[in-house]
Amino acid sequence: MTELTWQTGDTWIVATGVVCAMACALIGNFLVLRRMSMMSDTISHAVLPGLAITFIVTESRAVVPMFVGAVLAGILTTVLTQWINRFGQVERGAVMGIVFTTFFAAGLLLIEQAGDRVDLDPKCVLFGALELTALDRINLSLGPYEITAPRALIVLSFALILNLLFVAVCYKELRISSFDPELATTLGFNAQIMHYLLMVLVAVTAVAAFEAVGSILVIAMLIVPGATAYLLTDRLGVMIAASMAIAAFCAASGHLATVVLPQWLPIKSVSTSGMMATLAGLVFLVTALFAPRHGVIARRRTKLKRKPWNSERKNSFPFDEKRTCA
Amino acid sequence: MIRLFRLDRASRAAPYQNDVGRPGAFPEHSPASPLSIHDLTVAYHRQPVIWDVDLEIPEGKLVGLIGPNGAGKSTLLKACLELVPVASGLVRVYGQPYSKRRELVGYVPQKESVDWDFPASTLDVVAMGGYHRLGWFRPVNKRCRAESMQALDRLGLSDLAHQQIGQLSGGQQQRAFLARALMQNAKLYLMDEPLAAVDAATETSIVELLREMKQRQKTCLIVHHDLATVTDYFDWIILLNMRVVAAGPTQEVFTQENLRKTYGGNLTILSAAADAVQNAGE
Repeated sequence: MTELTWQTGDTWIVATGVVCAMACALIGNFLVLRRMSMMSDTISHAVLPGLAITFIVTESRAVVPMFVGAVLAGILTTVLTQWINRFGQVERGAVMGIVFTTFFAAGLLLIEQAGDRVDLDPKCVLFGALELTALDRINLSLGPYEITAPRALIVLSFALILNLLFVAVCYKELRISSFDPELATTLGFNAQIMHYLLMVLVAVTAVAAFEAVGSILVIAMLIVPGATAYLLTDRLGVMIAASMAIAAFCAASGHLATVVLPQWLPIKSVSTSGMMATLAGLVFLVTALFAPRHGVIARRRTKLKRKPWNSERKNSFPFDEKRTCA
Repeated sequence: MIRLFRLDRASRAAPYQNDVGRPGAFPEHSPASPLSIHDLTVAYHRQPVIWDVDLEIPEGKLVGLIGPNGAGKSTLLKACLELVPVASGLVRVYGQPYSKRRELVGYVPQKESVDWDFPASTLDVVAMGGYHRLGWFRPVNKRCRAESMQALDRLGLSDLAHQQIGQLSGGQQQRAFLARALMQNAKLYLMDEPLAAVDAATETSIVELLREMKQRQKTCLIVHHDLATVTDYFDWIILLNMRVVAAGPTQEVFTQENLRKTYGGNLTILSAAADAVQNAGE
């Protein structure tokens, strides 16, 4: 049979992957709920020129300046998207398409310019290098404890804690501004402020995850767990918990699959981040089909049970009260 | 008591140039009025949506806001709530800018404006009406939940408190919105079509609630579309079609002539309106 070749490196990879997936899934829920999943696409791509410019200016890969630069770029895209949308009278999806491709392309050009001095590889930009992040370990002293951990893991842990704090503290504000932004604003919880706060955190998360999973797969990390959990439950709290559990599961089993699969199948090697995202997609597919109430099969079944007039005249049928209570 | 339009601008306000209103001295807006609107103009992309609206709404009345589609009724409400940018003019709530009187104003948006698939229970949604009393960062507490249950009970929805909002019928969703408005505990309510697409039983219960609110000296400005029920429901009406065509006590303002001015040449609506006026006269 197969034997599992598991090393310390693998543990670090799994830890990094799980933390990354959970940080992304947590904040991603609100993108899904606000129907602005495309915004993750925009931001994750747009942080690239921020990273490149910061690198060229500071000539180092120090974490803090990189973050500041990338987050600024992320906010700039958010503002630009809204601005072009409002004044340019162009459809929102098109605006995002314009903004993020332009930013991303500019970022690629900048990386090329700095090419000889940077270890930013365009391939890594797209898919990340989760396997390599485990090698780049640093020492961190927390009081009496000395921890040696991958740099990416530490950065991602901070992102996860930040996201957890944000969602825990602003839970009610996030709920009302996602559900009914106008009411939120009239009650004094400015929906615009919540929107930008959320975008800042998406940008922070995207930058933190950038090294590990790249700018495309981070979208899968942000959106897929939330979308899956959305189909599984009707409670916001449960949705958030479920999305994080799904994310952690996909990350852990994704790396396990990359260790195990090459022994079973005639393939050489599998990228961990790729496997994680593929698994997440499969989990979504299964959920979309079999989810208890919102799945395709469950919906078809309830439709068959209903009498034909029910689905058509949902709001006008005089006795609809009893039907919906059931 | 209400000036109909400003003559110097009337020629620029496109559709109803011929309407020469009764130019009369307009009394000073009183600070006691729940909502007074001064020369309000709102534009999207430089196209005016509402033009030079000048109104003063009396306290403790059910006020109907009536006009054809695209007349700017929702925009007028949103402008009062500072949700859309105002091109010119100003709005006073009890004599102060809206931002200083936020807690006195309740808002019931159009039912279609929110996503009913959102993972929240009826109770969650109703509790949102009390969020401003909790303030920033404070989570929903027991008291807020208990008050929400009372509001739900008042609208006969307590059985559905823990249902996901998407499972409610249209009428129930509308009532959930009204329960949320009750939670706001405001003095002035701006409601965008609370009676749209509800069944007869729901309509009766909502109207009953509105009358009770009136008894408690609440002022309600309600966007309404059904001309047949206007005289039944409202003490005061505003006829709006980009500009205020007429505003005042229902029996004075709800005339065929005013409706013709409001709805223009739309004959089917016009004949419906004529019937409504006739019925009201009988």
